[in-house]
Amino acid sequence: MATDSRVVADETTAGTAKGPGVGGFAASRHYRTFVKYRFIAGFLAFPLALYGVFVISPFFQTFYYSLTDWTGYSSDFAFIGLDNFGRLLEDGLFWKALGHNLVLLVCLPLLALGLGLFFAFMLNVGGRHARGEAAAGVRGSHIYKIVYFFPQVLSVAIIAVLWGNIYNPQGGLLNGVLNAVGLSSLEQNWLGDPGLALSCVLAVMVWANVGFYVVLFSAAMGSIPRDIYEAVLLDGASRMTTFFRITLPLIRDTVQTGWVYAGIMALETCFAYVHIMTVNQGGPNYSTLVLPVYLYNKAFRDGQAGYATAVGVALLLVTMLFAVVAMGLGRRRDRIEF
Amino acid sequence: MGSTSEFGRRDLIKKAAALGLVTVPAMSALSACATSGGDDRKVEKGKKTDSNPFGVNEKAGLEVVIFDGGFGTQYAKDAAKDYEKKYGAVKLKATQDIQPLLQPRMVGGTPPDLVDNSGAKAMDAATLIAKGQIADLTPLLDAPSYDDPDKKVRDILVPGTIEMGQYGDDKCYRLNYAFTTYGVWYSKKTLEDNGWEYPKTWDEMLALCAKAKKKGIAGWTYAGKYPYYIAFALYPFIAKIGGSDVIKAIDNLEPNAWKHDAVLKAFEAYYELEAKGYILKGTPGLDHIQSQTQWTKGKALFIPNGSWVENEAKATTPKDFEVTMAPPSSLDSSDKMPFETIWAKADEPFIVPKQAKNVEGGLEMLRVMLSKKAAQNFAELVSSLTCVQGATDGMDLPPGLASSSQALKDAGDNVVNPRIRDWYQTLDKEKIGGILAEMMAGRMKPKEAVSAIQKAADETAKDDSIKKYKHS
Repeated sequence: MATDSRVVADETTAGTAKGPGVGGFAASRHYRTFVKYRFIAGFLAFPLALYGVFVISPFFQTFYYSLTDWTGYSSDFAFIGLDNFGRLLEDGLFWKALGHNLVLLVCLPLLALGLGLFFAFMLNVGGRHARGEAAAGVRGSHIYKIVYFFPQVLSVAIIAVLWGNIYNPQGGLLNGVLNAVGLSSLEQNWLGDPGLALSCVLAVMVWANVGFYVVLFSAAMGSIPRDIYEAVLLDGASRMTTFFRITLPLIRDTVQTGWVYAGIMALETCFAYVHIMTVNQGGPNYSTLVLPVYLYNKAFRDGQAGYATAVGVALLLVTMLFAVVAMGLGRRRDRIEF
Repeated sequence: MGSTSEFGRRDLIKKAAALGLVTVPAMSALSACATSGGDDRKVEKGKKTDSNPFGVNEKAGLEVVIFDGGFGTQYAKDAAKDYEKKYGAVKLKATQDIQPLLQPRMVGGTPPDLVDNSGAKAMDAATLIAKGQIADLTPLLDAPSYDDPDKKVRDILVPGTIEMGQYGDDKCYRLNYAFTTYGVWYSKKTLEDNGWEYPKTWDEMLALCAKAKKKGIAGWTYAGKYPYYIAFALYPFIAKIGGSDVIKAIDNLEPNAWKHDAVLKAFEAYYELEAKGYILKGTPGLDHIQSQTQWTKGKALFIPNGSWVENEAKATTPKDFEVTMAPPSSLDSSDKMPFETIWAKADEPFIVPKQAKNVEGGLEMLRVMLSKKAAQNFAELVSSLTCVQGATDGMDLPPGLASSSQALKDAGDNVVNPRIRDWYQTLDKEKIGGILAEMMAGRMKPKEAVSAIQKAADETAKDDSIKKYKHS
């Protein structure tokens, strides 16, 4: 513990040197701290200022505008207190939209992460054991990885337009395939059916995002040491056991990150899918209405920007709540070092 | 080696919060300029003369923003050249993003001088007017017309054009440059080849649909994803059955306006199409292009649409298709208005922002566009009628345009123009559209639909945050 004693020695010298008149502030420990932080602050000042101007200040402005009757079309507006929030509580469409957001919030992470985990496991660990390899992916896993990731390369708007056409009840791919394989009794109106529309949107979101999680989880699984797998293989563990007892606990934090990410996607990125694909933007009969779409319509179509910011504030609260819950639930004291 | 430590847990919460707010700052990007206002940035006025009735500053530039949609931009570029002959340079910007581009500029007090406020992303005119953001066009209407100084601009416009720019008072805020007719569209060739005739009454309509069904052709299709297209034929149908006062009462959000007998009769007639299986399978899930494509493929006979459909569906229309527009069929002989009644209105609204630098220039540019030369050029380029009287006289029109021009002539005074669509957009397109979609998909009975729409209309009537208008 030579290092420790040297630090102590340094501190003592610094302490003794700090006599009146001798050295002063410039030689003191505080000065060194000051220099250190000045150095760090020099780097941080610019990004922090940007962050403050473009991220933090709009937050506060938004809270302010949610208390006004601003139309978004001129610069005059009146302060109306909490009226917008009162209206929100009685707004049936708001609650309906929130409900759909919550459905997505539960289902999207479940499906996208579940599938992502499954595929990643199969690509990295689930394959047949080759000679000299304790863990390997299924044959052709490199190609699969690229294929899964492919939707991620497309922009959300393109995906939505693409799937809008696949769901086309007349001549769309989906009904066409069903027809071709003799299952024409299963043909549906898809997005035109209020009972199915939200599931259709959900399916597209899962399709578009699964690839991201495959890559994310693949990377995490890749960092698990092979010798652990060798050990469980010697113990005769099945793939199922390997997955639930070894792989999943070891990539737990990555899964958690993915979960939060998917949740935010369910709350906000759903906008583009719903706005582009669905009947009457949120229909039929409001069956796919989600909060961001409702916010957009209020702000940019109906000229009720004040009310829309109130919806935005509500959405913020839901998102924050979700993030806190997601991080809190997964909290675990014991850490596995490897 | 790695560890499952809590890498970045706090960071993650922060990022989640930041992402969570993406929508919120997006709003504030707009609001950032809400508190700043426009001041004296107007250009100096020029001298008023007979050929320069608004006193446009001859050196000042002009900024025009055109919606780059079905009509394209060439017509505006050509008109701009005429304007530039006398005045300063025209900066013409074409976009489909009218609202995202211009809303911040309206708020910030730095709008362009003339805006073609059209398309899916148009700014809500009612709100802009309520907030005093749009200049009154009365000086333009009272100015001498470009071609004939003895005639005022208001006298060369197709009747109904000025009304479309009015929002509850005598002032005119929008000049709608194109003239659109709405109705039921079909292929003349298909009907003729089968020896059928366009049905004048609903009984004939049902009979024809039955015949078509036997041949494997559906009677109707419509833009299921934008169900307010149904109204293009349904609203004038209601007017025919019960008279134009029913539509006026609906526009004025009068209590029980939708409970009028005519509404229920019209709804029941349309519901019968669905109940008897005369609507193309899958229609509720089609968007406007998809439904039009099914129609041009000959899978369905009729489609409720507007006169832009000829241009929009051009790519998929067979050469000998002969796009034709007809008024919606009458219900029966007890109808209050004749078969010829149609919905027609001036469309493609141009506005001059009140805070624009060069308001006079904006007005003058409109005057140039209303010249016979510019109007004919427009009709030729985009095959659409314009709000200028007689602009298409003597021109060789494509079949769809010719038929809508003829339908407009035949209608004479029997033109209805429901205003609910521009006055109460949310109510009309989202609420009523949504309910019509439910009914036409067979998920709602006509009576339920009437009550649901009445309820939605009552809610709008009660909502203080929505400005109300009345037919004068």
